Amino acid sequence: MSVAIEGKPIGRRVVLGMLGLGSVGVLVGGRLQDAIASVFANDPTGITSLLPTGGRFRIYSVVGYLPSRKTAEYQLEISGLVDTPVTLSYADLVALPPTRMTKDFQCVTGWRVQDVKWVGVRLSDLLDAAGVQDEAKAITFHSFDGSYSESLTLDQARRPDVIVAYSMEGKAIPARHGGPVRLYVAPMYGYKSIKWLDKIEVVNAVQPGYWEVRGYDVDAWIGRSNGRDDQPV
Amino acid sequence: MVATTSLSELPERVERFDRVQRVAHWANAVLFGIAMATAAALYIGSLSALVGRRELVKDIHVIAGLALPVPLVVAAVGRWGHAFRRDLSRLNRWTRDDVRWLRSWSRDPLVRAGKFNAGQKLNAAFTGGAILLLLATGSIMKWFDPFPLTWRTGATFVHDWIAFFLFITIAGHIVYALRDSDAMRSMWRGWIPSAWVEHHAPLWHDELSREAEAAPPAAHSSARPSDARDAG
Repeated sequence: MSVAIEGKPIGRRVVLGMLGLGSVGVLVGGRLQDAIASVFANDPTGITSLLPTGGRFRIYSVVGYLPSRKTAEYQLEISGLVDTPVTLSYADLVALPPTRMTKDFQCVTGWRVQDVKWVGVRLSDLLDAAGVQDEAKAITFHSFDGSYSESLTLDQARRPDVIVAYSMEGKAIPARHGGPVRLYVAPMYGYKSIKWLDKIEVVNAVQPGYWEVRGYDVDAWIGRSNGRDDQPV
Repeated sequence: MVATTSLSELPERVERFDRVQRVAHWANAVLFGIAMATAAALYIGSLSALVGRRELVKDIHVIAGLALPVPLVVAAVGRWGHAFRRDLSRLNRWTRDDVRWLRSWSRDPLVRAGKFNAGQKLNAAFTGGAILLLLATGSIMKWFDPFPLTWRTGATFVHDWIAFFLFITIAGHIVYALRDSDAMRSMWRGWIPSAWVEHHAPLWHDELSREAEAAPPAAHSSARPSDARDAG
């Protein structure tokens, strides 16, 4: 048989040390992530965007392609239980009185992007323009990705911090962030802020959206739903 | 040099990795490749946008990740795993020279390496720890219900950073392999020229020579006989 191998079992110590550090990381990682994110927040080069610094968007799409539509061809339809169904072009939307907000985007999986600059039109203004009928109770939103949908009660939809957004961080919303037009529901988790907004349908009962039939809460208040306790936006 | 034997007593080729180790390595490499490709599609925004199908990509990533340790565990247990276990033990054990060599940034000319040098030992330990951490944190991310919510964010944090460094070390592993064709091919065909061993792993060369002296010549059956005594 071969001779014994000399030396101290340092390999094992490295592994155990990593497991120890990793456990600490799981316990305090959330706070560390925020600290690191604030250090890297102002990086004009964009090099750090590949580092796992947190505090940045992760791009989720439920279909196998990147939905996109040119602004010139974009149309938003408002229909259902309304007096006059409305179809708005991108230019129509931009011509309406804008609402500007600088607010965080909080994902239900834990990541949060701070102080995102949003510009859009209040959803309540659009609903008023179409004239919501008395039996209406809720809104169903459809995405032109062909799969995703979302819901809000009428009361939620009329909040001043719910907008149909067409600008983000001072620029037109890029396709990967749901452009040209998406919803931004400030007080709720990100899955409510449907991307690639296509149709706003006024209905008489809440129809749970894509993730809601897959287990997420229908009322997605940040910090008060999905068993999470994040800081409200 | 304190070598007690000369090169001529080793066959021209010696076995570096046995069949079990090689199969485990390539099975592991394929699973790592799938896990890393799907990780990129989940993580890098522009790729996510291109690939889409988040649920499917996530499922493939989870399956590849859960399967990743299996070839290593299977290779390490049982009678067939003796060579792998012995190499694990070599990787685990660090001598004073190993530490000195690392402190010199691999420049210390007086340090003679064994079958694995200290850099390989460090990389093996990091990779082992990383696999365990990725498995644990990935499981918390996937099955988050029983855990406190902050653990999910913390697990994501650890998973991201470990994966980031693992990308770098695996890229380094591949670069080093490409720069040394004898070493790389030994992971395919098993054997390596004993001249390579004498140059890159002199202590292992000593060890093999001592074993060759003590054991009957047939011990290196995989290698070609290099002198008349072996041929007889």
